[in-house]
Amino acid sequence: MVDYVSTLSIDFSLIYPEIALIIGAFLMLGVACSRRLAPMAPNLALLTYVVSLYLILNQWGLQGAGFADMVVCDSFAIMFKAIFVVASIVTILLAQYYLKTKGIDRPEFYVLMLISTVGMMAMTATADLVVMLIGLEVMSLPLYVLAGFNRRSLKSNEAGVKYFMMGAFASAFLLLGIAFIFGAAETTNLRRIVTDFSYLLHHQTSGIYLISGAVLVFIGFGFKIAAVPFHSWVPDVYEGAPTPVTAFFSVAPKAAAFAVLLRIFVFGFSGLSELTTVFSVFAVLTMSVGNILALRQDNVKRMLAYSSISHAGYIMVALAVGGPEGVSAAIFYIASYTMFNLGAFGVVTVLETRSGCQSDYSELTGLSKAHPYLACVFALFMFALAGFPPTVGFFGKFYLFSAAIQANLIWLTIIGVMNSFVSVYFYLRVVKVSFFDTSEKTFSKVRLTPAIVLALALTAIATLGIGLFPHQLLRLSQAAIFGLP
Amino acid sequence: MVPTSAYLILAIILFGIGTVGVLITRNMIVLFMSIEIMLNAANMVLIAFSKALNLVDGHVIVFLVLTIAAAEAAVGLAMIVMVYRNRETVNVDRFSLMKW
Repeated sequence: MVDYVSTLSIDFSLIYPEIALIIGAFLMLGVACSRRLAPMAPNLALLTYVVSLYLILNQWGLQGAGFADMVVCDSFAIMFKAIFVVASIVTILLAQYYLKTKGIDRPEFYVLMLISTVGMMAMTATADLVVMLIGLEVMSLPLYVLAGFNRRSLKSNEAGVKYFMMGAFASAFLLLGIAFIFGAAETTNLRRIVTDFSYLLHHQTSGIYLISGAVLVFIGFGFKIAAVPFHSWVPDVYEGAPTPVTAFFSVAPKAAAFAVLLRIFVFGFSGLSELTTVFSVFAVLTMSVGNILALRQDNVKRMLAYSSISHAGYIMVALAVGGPEGVSAAIFYIASYTMFNLGAFGVVTVLETRSGCQSDYSELTGLSKAHPYLACVFALFMFALAGFPPTVGFFGKFYLFSAAIQANLIWLTIIGVMNSFVSVYFYLRVVKVSFFDTSEKTFSKVRLTPAIVLALALTAIATLGIGLFPHQLLRLSQAAIFGLP
Repeated sequence: MVPTSAYLILAIILFGIGTVGVLITRNMIVLFMSIEIMLNAANMVLIAFSKALNLVDGHVIVFLVLTIAAAEAAVGLAMIVMVYRNRETVNVDRFSLMKW
């Protein structure tokens, strides 16, 4: 038994970014009460996020654990925290005008976003399974509400309830898994589990508990990252939720779930030799099913939902590789995927501010005539999703698959590359429809507010800029693997 | 003295009942209750291990989980009410605006 009182080192500098977000969220609740102050909410949220981002960047290089080892601050956690905050900032920039046009412009939206981000940070910056579970819930509960945020829309209702039921179902599996791991290891702290891992694994009863716990935890997170047998909720929730929320769903919670999976499996349970096979099988299933189902979609939002499933499959290749190479490839991929996927959903958000727009492919005809820049940016994101050079999507896949080849996973690499070829069809269909198709209906113009332009410019510059100069991000993601778990 | 395995078997049976309930029921309230049964089965595993290993950690985790379940109930029931207001039904079969 560890003496908790003596190790209860309270060091608030580890959690400054989280504290900033919580203060912002509670201030915002106050602001939301006053009708006069409510229009300030988006700017206040942005300010909070920028302050938090500054505090996160200040933390870079910090290595430490505190609060009875419940909080771990290493470069891995800091990197992911920065990803969450950047994704939130872009989402808020995109959301303002969309929410106004749909008549759901309420300050609660920003409060929920802030609290959800705190949850993501908590689950990433810890090595304790229970704190991961609580962080996951703090992240998920606001997201369920955000999915159903458009109360009057039946589709949004449906998305919220489906997401809630699936999420609660998954967290029950996760909790049972954690309970079994606790029974095997007598602790929920990953750092202590790692030290006794091989002893526990080869002990008869605790070995069984440990393995069943690991399987259940994987099922729980499989729902969150939408790995293939557990993906059925994704297209419906992504289609029904308000589009900026979908943009947020497709990147931030997924990145958080992957961060936890990397911490638990690549570092905590690295002693399990079957992990490579298991993750390879799930990676192949996830990317193939995602890509094949995306082929037959007629709705851009649903297509992007299936594409996000297949991208989860690519990231699982990195989990199969494991080790420092796998982790840094996964971080690089997640960081770049965050940028271009947010951008792609951003363009869809902009187009949906027109009344009656359902985001079918056919509604894109004439986009290049009406908005040449928007069409070009959309095409850029599609090329990045498909993995064309010189966008960052190419380098993400390149590092991922070269890590897989170095780990002797040749067949996995071949299947992955074939999958990216298949995906070219449906990504380029967007480009074809928006540039080359013609129809009698004229394309009704959309209004591009400064916030939207800023968000799209940020993501586009990141997609192209990091694609041309990938070394900075690569070095960051290589530095981000130390100090684990 | 009841052996730990008895508690575990009971908990796994409860978890199974919950899982089957989630998969076959059509009423959202019952579906939600099934999820609560699953969470409580997990709590039971925690308590059983806590008692067997003579540790207090498991008990504390159970309290945290109870809080989580309460928060989930608040959000979930609010959503069910929202759906009922818009559709006058809580049957998940009617949830087919978008294909599954």
